[in-house]
Amino acid sequence: MIYAVFVLFVLMILGGGIGVVTSRNIIRAAAALILSLFGVAGLYVLLEAGFMAAVQILVYIGAIAILIIFTVMMTQRATDPTRLMFNTQWQWSLAVAVVFLLLLVYTLNLVWPFTTSAETVASTGDVTFELGRALMDPEGFVLPFEVASILLLGAMVGALAVARERHDDEEE
Amino acid sequence: MDSFHIADLFGSIAQIWNEWLGGFLATEWVNIVNKAVGALLVTAVPVVIVVFTILGERKIIGRFQDRLGPNRVGPFGIFQTIPDVVKLLTKEIITPAHVDKLLYNIAPLLSVSSVILIWAVMPFAKNIIGVDLDVGALYFVAVSSFGTLAILLAGWSSNNKYALVAAFRVVAQLVSYEVPMVLALLVPVMLAGTLKMNGIVEAQAGEVWYVVLAPVSMLIFFISSTAEVGRSPFDLLEADSEIVAGYNIEYSGMKFAMFFLGEWIHAFTICGLTATLFLGGWHGPFVDQVPLLGPIYFLIKMFVVYFIHIWIRTTMPRIRIDHLLDLNWKFLVPLSLVNLIVMMFVIKLVGDSVAKTSVLLISNVLMFVGTFMILGEVGRQARQREESMRQAEPVTAGVQG
Repeated sequence: MIYAVFVLFVLMILGGGIGVVTSRNIIRAAAALILSLFGVAGLYVLLEAGFMAAVQILVYIGAIAILIIFTVMMTQRATDPTRLMFNTQWQWSLAVAVVFLLLLVYTLNLVWPFTTSAETVASTGDVTFELGRALMDPEGFVLPFEVASILLLGAMVGALAVARERHDDEEE
Repeated sequence: MDSFHIADLFGSIAQIWNEWLGGFLATEWVNIVNKAVGALLVTAVPVVIVVFTILGERKIIGRFQDRLGPNRVGPFGIFQTIPDVVKLLTKEIITPAHVDKLLYNIAPLLSVSSVILIWAVMPFAKNIIGVDLDVGALYFVAVSSFGTLAILLAGWSSNNKYALVAAFRVVAQLVSYEVPMVLALLVPVMLAGTLKMNGIVEAQAGEVWYVVLAPVSMLIFFISSTAEVGRSPFDLLEADSEIVAGYNIEYSGMKFAMFFLGEWIHAFTICGLTATLFLGGWHGPFVDQVPLLGPIYFLIKMFVVYFIHIWIRTTMPRIRIDHLLDLNWKFLVPLSLVNLIVMMFVIKLVGDSVAKTSVLLISNVLMFVGTFMILGEVGRQARQREESMRQAEPVTAGVQG
C-alpha cells in the first residue's frame, strides 16, 4: 500500500521535473514545477514529517504563484512556442550539472550501501514540538537559525533599499 | 450494542456502524473502509452546508437591501438553490478557442478542492474531526495557497486581458493578506502551545476563549481572511464594474459555478476557523455530558461569525487597490507584528498565573488604544496636509497643530 503511494509521488516528482524542462510554454513549465514540488511534499508526509510537508507546500507553491506573475510580466510573448525558450549558455550549464552530479555521487558514496531498515530516533511523539525545541535550544541549532534569520532580514532590507523610489528633493 | 444514546448521537452511530462492518470484514479492511467513508463525509459536509448558506446569504442580503430575496420556489423560497444548481448543471460548457486547455480545466477543480481540503482539520466535536493533524493550523495555511494558484491559473489560461488583470490582483491581494493572517494565527497557537486544531479548542475549554485573551489577533485574522476569500469590501478579483468579471470571465456553466462554489464554501470556512481558533470551537456548557451539543455549538458560533461576515459584505463598498495594499502593508502587517511580539512577551512573563487573563486582556486593550491614537494622529496629519495644500501655502517647519 505504502509502496503504491510512494511510486505515485515519485512519478509526480519525475513527471513534473520532465515537464519543467521539456515544456515550451513557460507557464506550463511553472505548473509542472508545482506538481514536482507537491510530490516532494508527499514524500515528506510518507516520512512522517508533517511540518516539513506543510511548509513545503506553503513556501514553494506560494512562491511559484509569484514566480508565474513575474514570468508573465517580464518575458516577452511568454506563450509563443516559436520563440526559443532556452538561452545559449548550455556549455556552462553542462559544466555545472556535471559538477553537481559528481557532488551527488560523492555524497551518496559516503552512505553506501543503503539500508532499508529505518533508524528510529528517540522522540516524545510530537515531531513538531521536537523540531521547535531543536531550533530554539541553545544546545541545538539556535545559532545557525539566528544567522539564517539575519541573512534573510539583510536580504530583505537590501531588496527594499534597491527597489526604493528616490525623489530628487530627498536629502541623504 | 445497548448503547444508543441520543446524547451521543454521532458516537452511537459510529459504534453501530463499526460493529456492523466488523461483522463481515477484517479489522484492517474496516479501517480502510472507514477512512474512505470519512474522506467522503469531510468532502460532503461543506458542500451540503453551502446549499443552505447560499439561500441564507441571499435572503439576508435581500433584507439588508430592503427587499425580500428569493421567495418564489417553495415556502419562503427555501428551495431556490435546487433549480439554480439544476440550471447550472444543464448549461452548456463553452471552452473558448485560444485557452490553455489543461490549465483552464484544472483551475476550477483546484479552486474548490483547496477550500474543501481545509475541512479535513475542522473540529466539529471532540471526536468528530477529519484528521487531528499535529500541524493542523499550518496545514490550513498551506492548502489555502492552492486557492491563490487556482485563481492565478484561471486568470492566465483564459487568454483574456481582464482575466489577467484579476490574476495580477491575486498576487497583490491574496499573497499580501496571507502575511497578517498567519501572524494573527500564531497567537492562538502560542497560547495553546500546539498547532493541533483540537488542542487549541481544548486549551480554550480549559481557560477562557481566546477572543478575550487576544481580541486584536481575532480582528486581524477576521479581516485578512475576509480578504483571502476575496469578497466585498475586498472583491477586487472579480470587480464587475472595473474588469468585467475578473478571473472567471471566460468560464461558463458548471466550471464557472465551481469558482463560486469555492468562494461560498470559503466564506463560511473562514468563519468556522475564526470560531474554532478564537470562540472555543465546539466547546460550550454541558458539552462533556452531552457530546451531541459539540457540533451544534460549533455550527451556531460559525453562523454568528458568518452573519457578521455577510453584514460587512453587504455594507461596505469595494476598496481601491492602493488602499487595499496600504491597509495591508502599512496597517495590518505592522500591527500584527507588534501584536505578536507583545503577546509573546506577555505570555512568557505571566506564565500560567491567575493574572494571565487580565494581563492579556489589558495588553490587548492598550494595543487597541495605541492603534487608534496612531491612526488618529496619521489622519490628522493627512487632513492638515490637505488643508495646507488647498490654501497653496507651504507648511512652515516646526508648526504643530
